[in-house]
Formats: sequence, structure tokens, C-alpha cells
Amino acid sequence: MERRTFLTTAVLAGAGAATLAGLATPAAAQAKKAVIGVSIPSATHGFMGGLNWHAQETIKRLKTTYPNLDFVLATAGAVGKQVNDIEDMIATRNIDALVVLPFESEPLTSPVKAVKEAGKWVTVVDRGLAQAGIEDLYVAGDNTAFGRVAGEYFKANLKSGAKIVVLRGIPTTLDNERVDAFKKAIDGSGIEILDAQHGNWNRDKAFSVMQDYLSKHKKIDAVWAADDDMAIGVLEAISQAGRQKEMWVVGGAGMKEIVKRIMDKDPQLPVDVTYPPALISTALEITALRFVSDTPVYGRFIIGSTLITPENAAQFYFPNSPF
Amino acid sequence: MSDTAIRPAAGPRLPGLSALGPLLALILLVVLGAFLNDNFLSAGNVTNVLARSAFIGMIAVGMTFVITSGGLDLSVGSMAAFIAGVMILAMNALLPAMGVGVPLILAGMVIALAVGLAAGLTNGLLVTRAGIEPFIVTLGTMGIFRSLVTWLADGGTISLDFAVRQLYRPVYYSGLFGVAWPILVFALVAIAGQVAMRHTRFGRYCEAIGSNDKVALYSAVNVERIRLLTYVLLGLLVGLATIMYVPRLGSASGSTGTLWELEAIAAVIIGGTALKGGYGRVWGTVVGVLILSLIDNILNLADLVSPYLNGAIQGVIIVLAVVLQRGKSAA
Repeated sequence: MERRTFLTTAVLAGAGAATLAGLATPAAAQAKKAVIGVSIPSATHGFMGGLNWHAQETIKRLKTTYPNLDFVLATAGAVGKQVNDIEDMIATRNIDALVVLPFESEPLTSPVKAVKEAGKWVTVVDRGLAQAGIEDLYVAGDNTAFGRVAGEYFKANLKSGAKIVVLRGIPTTLDNERVDAFKKAIDGSGIEILDAQHGNWNRDKAFSVMQDYLSKHKKIDAVWAADDDMAIGVLEAISQAGRQKEMWVVGGAGMKEIVKRIMDKDPQLPVDVTYPPALISTALEITALRFVSDTPVYGRFIIGSTLITPENAAQFYFPNSPF
Repeated sequence: MSDTAIRPAAGPRLPGLSALGPLLALILLVVLGAFLNDNFLSAGNVTNVLARSAFIGMIAVGMTFVITSGGLDLSVGSMAAFIAGVMILAMNALLPAMGVGVPLILAGMVIALAVGLAAGLTNGLLVTRAGIEPFIVTLGTMGIFRSLVTWLADGGTISLDFAVRQLYRPVYYSGLFGVAWPILVFALVAIAGQVAMRHTRFGRYCEAIGSNDKVALYSAVNVERIRLLTYVLLGLLVGLATIMYVPRLGSASGSTGTLWELEAIAAVIIGGTALKGGYGRVWGTVVGVLILSLIDNILNLADLVSPYLNGAIQGVIIVLAVVLQRGKSAA
């Protein structure tokens, strides 16, 4: 925070000096007003709700820190709407950069490419475009690490012959990447996966799938719920069956209620694996740097999935976020 | 009586047989389930399946009346999510004033029923007074209710206060004489629905309006009023279902109750009610709901197919259940 204030002051001072001297220096060019367009899907479920909240908070903070930056935020409930939003930003808001989390990769590829061809900076977040090399900056979470980190925890904390059940998300490539990495990580540990059904990242669906697992299997040592919403449904089904002492549960993403329980050392929820909705903040901060400094920011920024433990949980706890 | 009225060629005995179609399908599923997994008939599993069916079940009973009178309601899933959201927010807001106690829970229940009534009334008035197609009206309100709950939740999840939740929890998880509350309430709703459809003027009017609203109108039936009543009744039952749903997970979000409307409609049709109206069978709806829940349960209990194909199996069984029924009634 202090460093940033210092940086702004330096830039402003530089701009002031340049104006006095009547010379066009790089510093003066950077103090020019820049508009960053932000296009993200609307808050239709927990993770996106968190992402929307973090986007708004970050924009607020960046505006105060860098007075020469302006932001245009648009949220879209469907692919078509997002394409329209981006076209409007170019046509009417005269943006200098676009930060976009594509609703779907294929349909968004050519509109974003058009933005790039118009000479604007493009940051793509989380879901890649169908064609490589369009974006200047790519910021995303790591689905493989998400599965691997969870798998490694299971491997380290269960004995050979332990029996676990898995809840999968909505059938997608993303879900496959996570599950494959998880299976690879526990490979050779002697841990047996009894079942892996789809809970669709939904509390209610996860609740009934877990109820059925509990009827079907007499002994379960641990559950990989792979998502915090699903973990909530799973925990409820376990307590209905009165089998809380028998197994622990690992979710994923970093929902505040779950992180809080890890902070409080809940024996049923030993750890969580991050896939932070705040990754939009990373994208916005880095893109902002491009317009306020000479920091090179092109390339790829992959946010690791880390383990939330009772010791480090406080740094992942955002009590004001809706997620 | 009404059976023979719509199938005059079949004679008085055959309709009874054709009506058994969905029941046979249900028995087949139970036998299959028991064969595939020993725990299938355990008290725990039976309670799980029945309690899970209760929400869709109560809604489907109300839907039977709407469809019988020639209407349709696509908004029930979103409506349930919206009612759950409002109910939780209201209870959290009333908490400082009322404290944790039974009155607070009762206040929440009254609010749920009131919101359900208002939502059903809105649908009903738009269909009857404004004269808009039910499909379009309820497609519209489906989007409205869904957006409202997402907006109320700020895109996230609305959660009931922890202390209140602990007090409210037994409404889903415990019961009377070992039978869980949602199952009891569902059974009462089903019996009342069956009686209302078969033995009251309201039920007969619904069938009359559904088979020919002009004739019903000329026979001095207040068509608009009965239609309005079916939507209000459905709204109230959605409210009742929500009352049983909220204590289960204590939360509501934009993804609560997704596709409930289609499950409820499917259950009604599997049960033998005509989609174009004119004939309704409440006990058939109950069988339909149980068939849908059992398919899910059996697929989870037995590793028959890749989980990717679960939806396909469900689709095949739904279509088969209806085909069996139609085939028999044609014979």
C-alpha cells in the first residue's frame, strides 16, 4: 500500500515536472488517462459471486491508488451479451485495455481478437481462448494442481487400503483435469476410490449423492468433495447418518464458511484447496501496472492451488465476500 | 367414472389395468434395486429416498391440478428458490426482535406460505385476467424469481443464522413414530390432493375445464376463478415444500431448485395425467415422483453405467413408463 502511494506520487511529480519543463517524457505519457474495460460472467453461482465481488473491490482500490486509471465493468449472463458488451466498450467507451473472463472459449475468440487487432491490450482470465497468441497476458488458476494438491494430502494422511469416495463436478474438461490429477497423485498409495459420481458443484445434488454413498458403503475413511458447495451438502448427509467421527472431508475453492471452520480446527474439515475467485484481482492489478509503470507484464501468470491449513487459513479468509 | 368418460371404447375394467402401468414400473424398479444392492430396502435408504421426493412431490401434486385444468407452470423451481431466500432473510432479520425460538420458526413458515401465495396469485392473475398463455407467463416469472434470488444473495448464498438452524433442523431430519416429517407432510398432501381431485367439485371442475373450457363455461363453471385457484394452490404448495426444504441445508442460492419444474411436470405425466388437460390422477403423480427419485438412487447405489450416462437412463425410463401406459390403454 505504502509502496503504491509512493509510486503514484513519483509518477505525478514526474508528470508535473515534465509539464513545467514543457517536455514530453515517458512519465508524462503514463500519467495520461487510461480506460480498462472489464468483462466477466454475472454472479450466477457462489464462485462467480465471489469473483464479481473481488472485481468490484479491486476496481475501487485501483481507482483510488491510480487516479489516472478508469474502469468500465460489464457482467454478462450469456455468451451473446458478453460479445455485445465488448463491442460496446470499443465503440463507445474508447478503452485502452480489455480484461476478459470468457463465458465460453469458442464464441469469444473472434470478438477478443478484434479488440487486439484494434491495438488494445488484452488480458484473458481463467478460461483460455480457442486460438493461441491473441492475449498479451493470461491469468488463470491451475486445475491440475487443484487435483494434485488434494490427492497429495490424501496420500500423506491415509494408510494403504483406506477407502474414499469422490464427488465430481459438472461433466467438463476442467472437471476431468482435476479428477485425473487427483487419481495420479494417489496412485500407488493403496487408497481405494469406492465411487465417483457427479454432484454438479451443487449442494442439494451432493447431499443426495452422499446419502447414497453412505447407504452403499459401510466404511468410508475420507471424502474428496472437490468443491466447497458440495462439501456443505456432504457434511450434512454425514451428520444425518451420524458418521461424523468416521471420515473427514476435503472441499475446494476457498468459501469463507469452510475457511472459517478450518481456522476453528474442525476435525471433519482438516484442509481445503484453493481455486480463488480473487484471481480476477490478480489480473486487474497486473493489467493496471502496464498503464502506470514500465513493469513488463506480458506472458502467463498461473495461480497455484495451495493447501489451506488451520495455520495459514487467516490469509484466505474474506469475511465480507459473498463467497 | 371419469376413466370411462375419456376412454369409452375400453369398457369399465380395462382402464383400471392401464392405470397400473406406472405402478408396475415402480414395482419393477424396487425389485431391481433390491436385487442390485442389499442396502436398498434398509430403513435408512427408504427414508432418504422418500424424504428427498417430498419437495418435488408436494409441488407435483399442485402441478397435477394446474395441468389437469389445461395450464402449466414452469416457474415452480425458481419460485421455491425465491421463497427460500426471502424466508431465510426474513428470519435472520426478525432474529434480534424475536430471539431464537419456536415463534421465529412459525413466523418464517407463515412468510414462506404468504410469499408462495403471492407468487401463485401473480401467475394465476396474469394467466386468467391478462389472458396470456401459461407457458409464456410462467417462463417470464421463472426468470424473474431466479434473478431475484440471485440478487438477494448478491450472487452468493443466503444462509440461515446458525442458532436458528439448529432449532429448525429437526423439521427435516426428525419425525413422528420413526417417519420423517417431510414424508408425513407429503403423504398428507397426496391424500388431500387425491380426495380433492376425485371427490370434490373443485377437482371435477378442473377436469371439465381441461377437457373443454367452453362447455365448462356454459355449464355455469366459473372457469377463470378455478384456474386462478389452481395456480394459488400450487404457489402455496411450493411454499410448503420450501418450509420442509430450508431446514435441510439452511441455505438458498441462485442454483437452488434448478429443474424442479421439469421433474414435477415429468412426474405428473408419468403418473397418467394428460399434458393437454382434462384428466388428472394424483396418486399417479406420487408414483411418478417416486419413480424419478428411485432411478437416481439406484444409479448411485449400483455402478451399472458410466455416470455420464445417468441422464440417458433417466430419459429412457421416463419415456418407457409413458409408452407402456399408452400402449396398454390403446389395447
